Amino acid sequence: MARRTPDINASSQADIAFLLLIFFLVATSMDTDSGIFRRLPPMPPEDVQVNPPKYAKRNILQVLVNKDDLLAVNGELMDIAMLREKALEFILNPQNKENLPAKEMKDIPFFGKTEVSKGIVSLQSDRGTSYKMYIAVQDELAAAYNEARDIKSIEKWGKKFEELDEEQQEAVRKVVPTAISEAEPKNIGGGK
Amino acid sequence: MAKFRKEGGKEVPALSTASLPDIVFMLLFFFMVSTTIREVSVMVDNGMPEARTATKLEKKSLVSNIYVGKPKEQYIGTYGSEPRIQLNDKFANLNEITSFVIAEQEARSEEDRNKITNNLKVDMFTKMGIITDLKQELRRANSLRVSYAARKKV
Repeated sequence: MARRTPDINASSQADIAFLLLIFFLVATSMDTDSGIFRRLPPMPPEDVQVNPPKYAKRNILQVLVNKDDLLAVNGELMDIAMLREKALEFILNPQNKENLPAKEMKDIPFFGKTEVSKGIVSLQSDRGTSYKMYIAVQDELAAAYNEARDIKSIEKWGKKFEELDEEQQEAVRKVVPTAISEAEPKNIGGGK
Repeated sequence: MAKFRKEGGKEVPALSTASLPDIVFMLLFFFMVSTTIREVSVMVDNGMPEARTATKLEKKSLVSNIYVGKPKEQYIGTYGSEPRIQLNDKFANLNEITSFVIAEQEARSEEDRNKITNNLKVDMFTKMGIITDLKQELRRANSLRVSYAARKKV
């Protein structure tokens, strides 16, 4: 007759599992990385003297942030809350004003021949500008571009940019290209 | 009185804890799947700014983190209170950026090398000076994809 094996005591299994659980709680973190994505311009080769391309004044939105975190757009002092509206008007130029960017015709999938703005936002910060302000400005500019894309998407498909499929998004991105240029750094305010 | 008679022999049976390990294991697996192992201990202040347009970074394996900020209290004695750059587990100077970028590229497979995103985790009270220097170094190292880490503002 086979002997019955006694039950294995499993009461310590919980302790072992708790131990593992606590180890993972301590050693891992849950935060996901989020941020504003940008592509830096490539460094020009050092031996070649490159002349900066010239742009018409109407095609440039000059955004300056000084060491005291004050914002100036096209030479006028401005509150950060106004920046998005100003940038949006600059990007779209809905009334084809003379002092806002010119547009050129481009062939884009889905849209056919479309007007694409030649406008460039030129962002210049000082060495003394705080990072918080810099991100706030970048955020407002990105928000303006997103809003412009939303407007174009709704015009075309009646849907917001985020709801479009990838090919459509790519097309809208070509109609409203992100054009934020960061000028070479300057050190006006002194300070490091 | 009969009401208060001691009721011997009718004890509540012991609570079965047989399912406790199962529950704990479930929690364990949940945390194992939903979290990531911390790779470096941050030695600088890291209060992130908020942004409405912040987007999630895809592909964690293609992200290399660069921390910038004021050294934490226990390091102020050795490293001073000026904002510093932290690469991996140590403070670094600007001229070490290039070798860091190359090391990060070497660690990835060939086809992923130009898809690496530099995640700049910068303390919000840092001045832009050090950031512009850092960006110039990254440009020089030809690692052009950057992400300014920011918390999503709702």
